[in-house]
Amino acid sequence: MTHSARQGWSLSWGFWAIAVLVPVSFLVVFFAWPVAGLISRGFVIDGVFSLDGLSAVLSSPRTWRIIGQTLALAVAGTLASVLLGVPGAYLLYRTRFRGRAFARALVSVPFVLPTVVVGVAFRSLFGASGPLGWLGLDESFAAIMLALVFFNYSVIVRTVGALWSRLDPRADEAARVLGASPVRVFCTVTLPAIAPAVLSGASLVFLFCATAFGIVMVMGGVGFGTIETEIWYQTTQLLDLPAAAALSIVQLVVVVAALLVAARARTRAEHALRLRGDDTTEQPWRAGRDLVPTLVTALVVLGLLGLPMINLVVRSFITADGWGWRNYALLAGTGEGSITVPVWTAALNSLTIAAQAAALAVLLGALVSLVASRRPRSRRLAGGVRLLDAVFMLPLGVSAVTVGFGFLITLNRPPFDLRSSPILIPIAQAVVALPLVVRTLLPVLRAIDPRQREAAASLGAPPGRVLATIDGALALRGLGLAVGFAFATSLGEFGATSFLARPDHPTLPVVIFRLIGRPGADNFGMALAASVVLAVLTAAVMAAAELVRPKEAEL
Amino acid sequence: MNTIKSVVTLALLAALVGCTGPATTSPSGAGSTVAPTESKTLTVVTHDSFAISDALKKQFADETGYTATYVAHGDAGTLVNQLILTKDSPVGDVVFGIDNTFAGRAIGQGVLTPYTPANLPASVAELKPDDSGSLTAIDFGDVCVNADKLWFRAKNLAIPTTLDDLAKPAYKDLLVAENPASSSPGLAWLTATVGAKGDPGYLDYWTSLKANGVKVVKGWTEAYSTEFSGSSGKGSRPLVVSYSTSPAFEVPKGSKESNTTALLETCFRQVEYAGVIKGAQNQVGAQKFIDFMLSKQVQADIPGQMYMYPADTSVALPEEWVAHAPLATKPFTVSAAVISADRDTWIRDWTAKVIG
Repeated sequence: MTHSARQGWSLSWGFWAIAVLVPVSFLVVFFAWPVAGLISRGFVIDGVFSLDGLSAVLSSPRTWRIIGQTLALAVAGTLASVLLGVPGAYLLYRTRFRGRAFARALVSVPFVLPTVVVGVAFRSLFGASGPLGWLGLDESFAAIMLALVFFNYSVIVRTVGALWSRLDPRADEAARVLGASPVRVFCTVTLPAIAPAVLSGASLVFLFCATAFGIVMVMGGVGFGTIETEIWYQTTQLLDLPAAAALSIVQLVVVVAALLVAARARTRAEHALRLRGDDTTEQPWRAGRDLVPTLVTALVVLGLLGLPMINLVVRSFITADGWGWRNYALLAGTGEGSITVPVWTAALNSLTIAAQAAALAVLLGALVSLVASRRPRSRRLAGGVRLLDAVFMLPLGVSAVTVGFGFLITLNRPPFDLRSSPILIPIAQAVVALPLVVRTLLPVLRAIDPRQREAAASLGAPPGRVLATIDGALALRGLGLAVGFAFATSLGEFGATSFLARPDHPTLPVVIFRLIGRPGADNFGMALAASVVLAVLTAAVMAAAELVRPKEAEL
Repeated sequence: MNTIKSVVTLALLAALVGCTGPATTSPSGAGSTVAPTESKTLTVVTHDSFAISDALKKQFADETGYTATYVAHGDAGTLVNQLILTKDSPVGDVVFGIDNTFAGRAIGQGVLTPYTPANLPASVAELKPDDSGSLTAIDFGDVCVNADKLWFRAKNLAIPTTLDDLAKPAYKDLLVAENPASSSPGLAWLTATVGAKGDPGYLDYWTSLKANGVKVVKGWTEAYSTEFSGSSGKGSRPLVVSYSTSPAFEVPKGSKESNTTALLETCFRQVEYAGVIKGAQNQVGAQKFIDFMLSKQVQADIPGQMYMYPADTSVALPEEWVAHAPLATKPFTVSAAVISADRDTWIRDWTAKVIG
């Protein structure tokens, strides 16, 4: 036994080199290079390097107002998602009750609904003539914030729930026996234990909120702008690359700062976690103990998540001649030429692309997570591991417009002449899904007590065997969820896809966008029916992902 | 599965060759080729509303022997800006979907090679953006205010007819329009007000619209399907900026009359063009595609597929259009060159005035 084997840095260097090189090369070619290519153009004016764009943008009061709005929305959206999501994680992953599997699948649906559809669902609720119009929330800060929670609630529930379901309840019980109140037990025992997952989820949600594009434009009317909407506008409409580049830099600074804070907090929190056990323990639902989280979650799931979704389903049955299935029947056709292929064909395209994107994202994400979950003793290596972890979060912090335009100007010569290749769509979606996969797998892998690996190694298991039986087996628990998230992200992805879409092979969100952009009751009805189909597909995928968590993975 | 394999191969390949670093983009000399290029493949770059029937696409492929790939990269503005960005290494051979609000920029930036089809019908030639021959009109449509006839009938209020009517107190809080910064009908209608009221008169007009409670939303879907009372969205405002063809889609079953109507004195004419991309690898094919888009069959296919009027006015229109979607007789016009020069300023000033 060498010294390094005991540190868990036990496999041959060859394996680790590949585990680092493959995902990093992917990220460089399909993310860093295109983004750097476009941003660098913004700093070259008439062939000369210039910071004029940056200084012009930074000296404009409008920029600072937009930065302020972006931060305010992201912080509010994240806080609300965490406050509402943690009770949800408890209820859905820590207690047992009938209909739990259904509830778990249901909460993940909003995450992938196309923003343009969510916009219609929300605005017809909150709009002046809608059932909730009396709240006066239309086009308000609160409405955008609620929409952000609508999208991101499941991210908190899932990331926190995945860890919470594996927490040893004996620590809680011991504290209770010693006389601590439930609140005190939660604050002093449970919260520190789930903190890494809360922070992991919160940092994801913060990035999603800080870079939210469609929903801010749709929900906020014209009074609200974020850095993301501004980059879109400067790039696609004005082609003011210096301004767009400057804003992209500002956005990167915000994102990197957020990542650093989160990473710091996480490192501190993760130490505490290593002491916990790995038993899966859920308890049957008990009114006395679980009333408060149940009420909070019921309010969120039925009200905030449920109302817009119910509104969507109900409206999908309204046709020109009253209630009926007509909109669904129409999905087999092309709506008198409104779309290029029937909705079912588009759904099949979406599923195929999502399978490719998920395979790619999970393969690469698993490699990244394996590397990032090591704790090498060498300071340099430890720093490298942290850097790797942070770098793979960056795709969430860069605008889809920047990536999409970047693809066009960089992937234009062999061997990467892929601009009109269908392969680019799953690749772009995998880039977007990668951070989610990593953030789902990492907390699980990091929570492995190194002593388990050491024990296996000292019993004579070769390094590959240790990896397979300890890391592999435990990672499988997170894998189902990671696949589900990656699949769902790909199903719902619209930003990058809309730049790469091929009219003869559209995805479901692209078709929905197309239908909802056309007049007439049939087009509108088909768009809503197709959205319901997308929602059902997503719920099915997430429910299946739950089922894949194998029992034998439990050690 | 093949795709997955090739993706993995690609990723491994990337790992092997390592980072190639940002490509240096040297501005290649825009030397004009003597003989037009031709190849077996043709890449057609379009805006995201492009559609023609599969049968016609197949016919084109069969007649020319080309393998045609269609790529859609966003709205008209996004499309033009992408062409400009990729000047050194064009994304395709032929472009369709540049409209007259972005034509000036595309021509000015030199991303197109002039081509004028033989025997151009007069109605098509009339719609050209300038004399350079860079772009050929394929279709057009009017962006106008639409009114919910049932709403006005129920309120016993006369439907407004002119731009000035919209600013009258009788029509307070009734109009919803799209943000010109994020919507192409929004930009078209802003241009209508510039055409009608002049520059800077349009800003005063918008000030009065604002005082009269105009609501501005992100895009057409939000305006038409959420805010407008005359669509299936059943919103609360009976006036919306949309297309002159929209009323043809709001005819109840069994009725001969549309529930909505377009105000033909409030319109801007949007023209959509096709052009050969400079540096195309298949210039001959690009020209053939433009000819194809102007063929009678494709022109007749356009109303049903793209909801626009065919540029060749000798082609018959669908019956519902004749009945419910008349064109403006005198739409407001602004030349492509003026739009190209001033568009960004209009949007900036408009934003400052209307949104603040």
